[in-house]
Amino acid sequence: MDLTLYLPVLIFALVAGGLVLGLLVLSHLRAKRLPTKAKNLAYECGFDPLDYKTPPFNIGFYLVGLLFLLFDVEVIFLFPWAVTLSKTGQYGFFSMVFFLGILTIGFIYEWKKGVLDWT
Amino acid sequence: MVLELFGRVALAIIFLLLLVAYLIYVERKIIAAIQRRKGPNIVGFFGLLQPFADALKLLHKETIVPSLSPKILFLLAPVLTFFFSFMAWAVIPIGAGYVFADISVGLLYLMALTSLSGYGILIAGWASQSTYALLGSLRSAAQMISYEISLSLVLVPVLLLSGSLNLTAIVEAQQNLWFIIPLFPMFVIFLISVFAETNRAPFDLPEAEAELVAGYHVEYTSMSFAFFFLAEYANMILMSAMATILFLGGWLSPCEGLIHLPGPVWFCLKISLVLFLFMWVRASFPRLRYDQLMRLGWKVLLPFSFAWVILTAGVVVLTQ
Repeated sequence: MDLTLYLPVLIFALVAGGLVLGLLVLSHLRAKRLPTKAKNLAYECGFDPLDYKTPPFNIGFYLVGLLFLLFDVEVIFLFPWAVTLSKTGQYGFFSMVFFLGILTIGFIYEWKKGVLDWT
Repeated sequence: MVLELFGRVALAIIFLLLLVAYLIYVERKIIAAIQRRKGPNIVGFFGLLQPFADALKLLHKETIVPSLSPKILFLLAPVLTFFFSFMAWAVIPIGAGYVFADISVGLLYLMALTSLSGYGILIAGWASQSTYALLGSLRSAAQMISYEISLSLVLVPVLLLSGSLNLTAIVEAQQNLWFIIPLFPMFVIFLISVFAETNRAPFDLPEAEAELVAGYHVEYTSMSFAFFFLAEYANMILMSAMATILFLGGWLSPCEGLIHLPGPVWFCLKISLVLFLFMWVRASFPRLRYDQLMRLGWKVLLPFSFAWVILTAGVVVLTQ
C-alpha cells in the first residue's frame, strides 16, 4: 500500500483545521464581548429556563440508533461483495442472497413488532 | 513538493469557501425569483457583494457561550462540522487527473466523513444545554442515520456496475452509459436521501423554525454559527458532486459533439444542475411531519433499495 497517496488528505486536514481555528481566533480578536447574566442563559422564549438540567428525551431515538447499527454493519458487508461480484460470480451471488434472506426475516419481524412506527 | 501541495490545497479550500458563500447568495436569489421577490440587491451590483457583507458582519458579532455549557465542547461542535465537510473534498475528482488524493477507497472515505458530521450536530445539541437545541440535534441525528442506510445501499448497485471504490474508476466506468440510465430509481432515492442527510427542505425538521426555533444551532452566534451555516452548504455541494460522480458521469461530456469542452467545466455544470434541484425543491415542497419522515426512510426507501440491490446483482451475474 502506498501511503504517500494519503498525504493530500493529511494536508487537507491541516489546512482546513488551520482555517477554521484561524477564523475562530479572528472573531475572538475582533468581536466585542459584553456578557451579562441574562444573555448567557439558554434560550427559552424570553423567559428564564424552567429547568437547569439536560432535558429528557424520547427513548425512540435510542431504538433508531440501534437499528442503524445493525443495518450499517450489513451495508459495510455488502461493499466488498459488490466490488468483487464479477469475480465470485453465481456462488457469490447466492451466498449473499442467503445472507440477505436472513436479514429480511429480521426486518419483517421488526416491521410486524411496530419498531419502525414512530410514536 | 509538499509546500507546493500546501499551496494548492489552500487555494482549493479558499475557492470552495467562495463557492459556498456564493451558493448562499444564489439560493437567496433563486428562491426570491420563485416567490416573485427581488432577493439581495443592495450591497454591490445585483447584491453581488452580499456574501462578503454577511461574512464580515458575522465575524464581528459577539460569541455567546451559555453559562451552563461545557465551553470546549460548545466551541468544538461547529469546528468539527465545518472541518469534516471540507476534509471530504480531498478525494473528489473534478476532471481526469484533477484530484488531490486518488485513493482506492475514495467512496468509503466519503461515507466515513458524511457519517462523522453527525457528531458535530450531536455535540452541539448536548453542549447547548437547551431544550430546543437538544431536541433539534436528536431529531437531526436520528434522521441522518435513518437515511444514511438507504444512502449507502444506493451506492451498492453503482459499485456492482463499476467494480471499484475509486471515484476516478467509477466515472470512467460510465464512459459508454451514465449510471443514471440503468439505475434511475436509485438516483431518485439517492437524491431524497441526500436531502435528508443534509437537513434540507422538505426534511429540514431539525431546524423547523415554527416549532424548534432553529434546532441545534439556537445557542450559536458569530463565527460558530457561520461554521454551521457554511458546513451545511458545503455539504450540499459535496453531495451534488457525489451525485454527479456516481450517476451523471462526472466530468464526461454528454455527447460526442461537445467533447472539446474541458472536463471540469462539465463537472461544474452538472453540479450546478443538482444544486438548482436542491433550491427548487426547497421552494416547492412543504416540510414533512417527523413520523412521515421516519416511515419514508425505513419502510419505503430501505426495502426498495434492498430489492434493487438484489436485482442489479442478478442482472450483473446473468450478463457475465
